[in-house]
Amino acid sequence: MSKFNIVARTGNEAMAEAMRQINPDVVAAYPITPATEVVQIFASFVADGLVSTEFIPVESEHSAMSACIGASAAGGRVMTGTSSQGLALMAEMLYIAAGLRLPIVLAEVNRALSSPINIHCDHSDTMMIRDSGWIQIFSENAQEAYDNMIQAMKIAETIALPAMVTTDGFIISHGMERVDIFDDKDVKDFVGEKKPDNYLLNMEKPITLGALDLQDYYFEHRRQLAEAMIKSKAIILDVAKEFKDKFGRSYELFEAYKLDDADCAIVVMGSTAGTAKVAADNLRAKGVKAGVLKLRVFRPFPNTEIAATLKNIKAVAVMDRSDTLSGNEGPLALEVKAALFDANIKKEIPDYIFGLGGREIRLEDIESIYKDLGDIIKGEAKPKVTYLGVRE
Amino acid sequence: MANIKELSKQKELFTGGHRACAGCGAVIVARQVLMAAGPNTVIVSATGCLEVVSTIFPYTSWNVPFLHSAFENAAATISGVEALYKSWVKQGKYDKKLNFIAFGGDGGTYDIGLQSLSGAMERGHNILYVCYNNEAYMNTGVQRSGATPKGADTTTAPVGKIKKGKEQYRKNLTEIMVAHGIPYVAQTVVGNWRDLTGKVEKALSVDGPKFINVFQPCRLGWGYKPELTCELGRLAADTCAWPLYEVVNGQYKINYKPKEKKAISEWLSLQSRFRHLSKPENKPILDDIQGETDKLWAGLLKKEATQ
Repeated sequence: MSKFNIVARTGNEAMAEAMRQINPDVVAAYPITPATEVVQIFASFVADGLVSTEFIPVESEHSAMSACIGASAAGGRVMTGTSSQGLALMAEMLYIAAGLRLPIVLAEVNRALSSPINIHCDHSDTMMIRDSGWIQIFSENAQEAYDNMIQAMKIAETIALPAMVTTDGFIISHGMERVDIFDDKDVKDFVGEKKPDNYLLNMEKPITLGALDLQDYYFEHRRQLAEAMIKSKAIILDVAKEFKDKFGRSYELFEAYKLDDADCAIVVMGSTAGTAKVAADNLRAKGVKAGVLKLRVFRPFPNTEIAATLKNIKAVAVMDRSDTLSGNEGPLALEVKAALFDANIKKEIPDYIFGLGGREIRLEDIESIYKDLGDIIKGEAKPKVTYLGVRE
Repeated sequence: MANIKELSKQKELFTGGHRACAGCGAVIVARQVLMAAGPNTVIVSATGCLEVVSTIFPYTSWNVPFLHSAFENAAATISGVEALYKSWVKQGKYDKKLNFIAFGGDGGTYDIGLQSLSGAMERGHNILYVCYNNEAYMNTGVQRSGATPKGADTTTAPVGKIKKGKEQYRKNLTEIMVAHGIPYVAQTVVGNWRDLTGKVEKALSVDGPKFINVFQPCRLGWGYKPELTCELGRLAADTCAWPLYEVVNGQYKINYKPKEKKAISEWLSLQSRFRHLSKPENKPILDDIQGETDKLWAGLLKKEATQ
């Protein structure tokens, strides 16, 4: 088992530390609150000669992802970081990175999208590009952000898909926590050397990348991309197992917190999962069998696994930190419901859209959801979508 | 510098069989740039005619590594390729000497790609950016761009009952590049292979960011007979519609001064995009174009003389 140092780090510092240990060939990035620190700290590593990375301080996030695509296509190990409007500006290039099957890793600090402009946490940015072909891994705290970054690099390069690791803006990114940092060498050994098969700088075998695909090939290439995403699920689990063997901490596609005997469960992602666990514990102390399904991997979506886990739970609610503005639920609830429908599980699943623009979510708010679930068990109906904690 | 016989005997790095129009100037640019650059070259291209006609999967015209990602970001994309190269060289993982060349049309360079280009030039990457400038969005069907000259008929600034084509002068991107203080900036033209290949060779011998604006007649968008591509390019230089010059470390050098500067109408009259200018009522526009051409040429002569 690897040794580790116990240190105090913010989420941004922890992610930057993982990047230092991975020591990518190229990082191209642009400042944006609340992700700025990740690349700012990394730039100081470059300035101090602690990494061999070429750092490209580009003039926009669009160029950041474009430069990452160039460097990754050329054969390098490449990372970046951003938030919110930055991720939105990158959107075009995120699809292209995935289509070109480039294993870029992105530290994404979740922040609301404009308008109105707001710098605080919600998941609108990450959800906006949920169908771009990127693996999406959510973190509950700084430790998970650090661990997920290390795993993401290996996952991405194994399946040849880009991956983003998310934290919640300010809540995780700027919150100081206890973090175990592993030895540099152990992280390097775990991630390994990148060995590209086909790459631009291989002058012995010149390749054309980004060719025009028309009616006769485009569909096959998109189908291969879909297949890679399906297969990545097993790879994420393999990498998690290797990670546990080496570093001792367990990861799955999601964490089933006290769900074995639960009557009611909340499905949630990110830092709010921590609050939900406390709420569940408080209720259990009062005899309510409450649990939490903390989703770690949103893409690929663990549909069958979630359905199997929720099957026997009497009442389930979803908490969405973004909205689809469709008259339907938020994105997480839509996916959970589709998974249960496919498994022939019919349940009323209320969705709670919460915390937009950094609106605080309190223990009482989450306890009120468990109370609603208790009412559902008693036969009461609840609204399909509730906007939780908003004045209206 | 190689002569034309030597150039013609080289292995083709940009091969035939592509889907360009007969008389296309863009593929002449690609072929001649690669003749000058040689095989140790990595190409990035913006979305546009050149990329579309040369890389229809599963075929490619490129015998050197080629990457296309999107429209507005050829400069940023090649920044990444060049940075990876520098990183590998620094780490001792790579020792071959390579050229990094980005191609973009005028739409992808003057307009949607200007920010990306400016950023890459300011950061000082060791890259050559070649704009194949055919003065409009040709790939999507001849829409006006920031490079389209005043008076030209395009599909988004058409000649109608009231309007007489594009109402604005074109942007002077070459001077914008000069203002970046980069070591090498040049204008050249399709139809003068010696000037074009010489400038590419010269640019690639310089460390740092380089920019070459290649004036490229487009038979579809300009409306002329396909065999006239090179002649129209040369005539652009003879009329000073497109002066051939370079700016090396800030020093201006005009590479071609026509003995007798021809009237701009000689060049305009061969192209259907300017057909309406032959009508007597449009003479003021024609005079205006001649005046602006003269002014820019005089300014260039002055810059060269007074530095």
